[in-house]
Amino acid sequence: MAQKIRILVAKPGLDAHDRGVLVLCRAFRDAGMEVIYSGLLPTPEQVASIAIDEDVDAIALSLHNGAHLTAFPEVKKFLEKKGASEIAIIGGGIIPEEDKEELENNGITGNFGPGTSMDTIIEHIKKVTKK
Amino acid sequence: MLETENYWKHKINELAKLKKDSNNEDVKRWEKEVLEPWNKKTNNNEEFSTTSDIDVKTSYYDSDNQMNKDRSMPGEFPFTRGPYPNMYRGKKWTMRMFSGFGTPEDTNNRLKYLIKNGQTGLSIAFDMPTLYGYDADNDRSKGEVGKCGCNISSLKDMEVLLKDIPLNQVSTSMTINAPASILTAMYASVALKNNIPLNELRGTVQTDILKEYIAQKEWAYPPKDHMRIVRDMMEYCTKEMPKWNYVSISGYHIREAGSNAAQELAFTLANGFTYLELGQKAGLKTEEFAPRLSFFFNCTMNFFEEIAKFRAARRIWATVLREKYGVEKGPALALRFHTQTSGASLTWQQPMNNIVRTAIEALAGVLGGTQSLHTNSYDEAWALPTEQAVKVALRTQQIIAEETGVIQSADPLGGSYYLEHLTNELEEKAYRYFEKIDSLGGVISAIEKGYLQKEIAETAYRSQLSIEKEKEVIVGVNKYTEEEEDKIEILKVDDEAQKIQVNRLKQLKKDRDNNKVREALESLRNTYESNDKNCMYDTIKAVQAYATLQEIVDVGRDVFGEWKEPQIF
Repeated sequence: MAQKIRILVAKPGLDAHDRGVLVLCRAFRDAGMEVIYSGLLPTPEQVASIAIDEDVDAIALSLHNGAHLTAFPEVKKFLEKKGASEIAIIGGGIIPEEDKEELENNGITGNFGPGTSMDTIIEHIKKVTKK
Repeated sequence: MLETENYWKHKINELAKLKKDSNNEDVKRWEKEVLEPWNKKTNNNEEFSTTSDIDVKTSYYDSDNQMNKDRSMPGEFPFTRGPYPNMYRGKKWTMRMFSGFGTPEDTNNRLKYLIKNGQTGLSIAFDMPTLYGYDADNDRSKGEVGKCGCNISSLKDMEVLLKDIPLNQVSTSMTINAPASILTAMYASVALKNNIPLNELRGTVQTDILKEYIAQKEWAYPPKDHMRIVRDMMEYCTKEMPKWNYVSISGYHIREAGSNAAQELAFTLANGFTYLELGQKAGLKTEEFAPRLSFFFNCTMNFFEEIAKFRAARRIWATVLREKYGVEKGPALALRFHTQTSGASLTWQQPMNNIVRTAIEALAGVLGGTQSLHTNSYDEAWALPTEQAVKVALRTQQIIAEETGVIQSADPLGGSYYLEHLTNELEEKAYRYFEKIDSLGGVISAIEKGYLQKEIAETAYRSQLSIEKEKEVIVGVNKYTEEEEDKIEILKVDDEAQKIQVNRLKQLKKDRDNNKVREALESLRNTYESNDKNCMYDTIKAVQAYATLQEIVDVGRDVFGEWKEPQIF
């Protein structure tokens, strides 16, 4: 049997629009993943620490407040600093088309906008975690 | 007077009895003799329900909607048909477009633009750092200054924001909750500086901290400490700022977070009762403070259920205030509310379609008898709106008001068999939630247990699943989709705002009398520590000494501690 994907779901900033992440937590769980939800308002550094402590395969980050270009790469930076660059980062939220390339260049994939189906996101996670 | 729990049971039984007593003979005959053969012939057996899981029948008739229950006219108890007898003939709703972005200068310009285009009330949005009580120069504010609204870090910023706006002529709504007492103090301080007496100030601060824990989740302290500050604001404003609505009890965010119409209705009104009890416990006279409690609802796409929700809200509020809280008469019984069309209903795909959605939602708000209205702009699934998009949204309201004729008769849909049925059904669902919430020990206890938050998250998930299964259709998202996205121009807020705000803070900390700031903050700390002293006076003192927003909120964080949400997943 394939090993279960462990995934951390987090909003790394001053952004409490948690409808989407709470829906995704449930969707990931129902897709057979082990889901850890960070709770609200962690800093990027805290997100990286939780990811390492919980030994996750991937982090799903969401922001609706326009701070994704600052906050998502920060999480990546802290992961690298702590020697955990193998953890995949998947982005989502209100992300304008023109910001996607910059995020991709920083190693953040997916970058799903509103209206993306849960299946699309789950498929992507399976692909990047190779599980 | 019945015990609380028995009171809700009594209301539920009353409604059940009405249902039992209603005469369904005509409908049953029609269903059997006309409808069923037709459905068989056309092979139609699809079933429908509203967002709140109210079954929708093929058609309704007087016999099954218990219209005899409530024969009131507009402007009379229980105000189901509207708070005023002549509704929009007397006064149209206030067109109140919520706006704010970037620096106080940027937002000041946008406000003046809206006034020039015929907007009749101001409504200010703040950015995330302001909403959480962090200054622009704090580490946590990085990348967020001015992004989701206007940044306010001190009284200096508020002075710029309100420059050249006649505060004794406009009414201003500020969407601020955790630091509402501080922003109220800033607004009052700007008025005093301009020699405008506080009792002339008209406006609203949202202040509804209960719905923050339930849905929007922008808090600073634990619930009980925040409620003490709300209590102090109630006392202070009742005395000093009698035209100021110090709390706007908000269902909007509860709905946006994923609840259905019945949950929005029930949780919001339950919060309303909690604020009412807070004021009564503080010794305020109900007839003096209760008329200042106003509401703020969402209006989304399920057209008739939304209109029914507004009517049910008015009926429940009036009935419960009279029967349970002993408010015999007066304006407090007539629930008044602001409406915003639903941001969550807007789609990122094919954004121009959002103009149509907003128009339909706005129409439902007007048919439901709203006192003021914000219409969303078509580009808001993408970003804060451009000037052009805001103008279309404002014009949408003006078209409804001036061209459609829907404002000529009060509660024009009252008496619709279907609508009256939905109104009754929503009322019953709300009473069932009140009973449940009370069984958990009231709203605050239900929040601490995570019950309300989980209820909403479960509904949001179910609704997302039905979108994925295409049981629920969203045009452009899961039906009539297109490969290429429509391109629209969107507003970009760059990091310039952050630089400007940080520099202004630097200058402020150099220019102000830092001893005075320290003294004011120390005095506020003592007041926070003693539960019975009203904190508004010290808050105003601190603001006027140019203590920053975060310096003031940090005193509270220190005294009260921070709030950690219970596990909701």
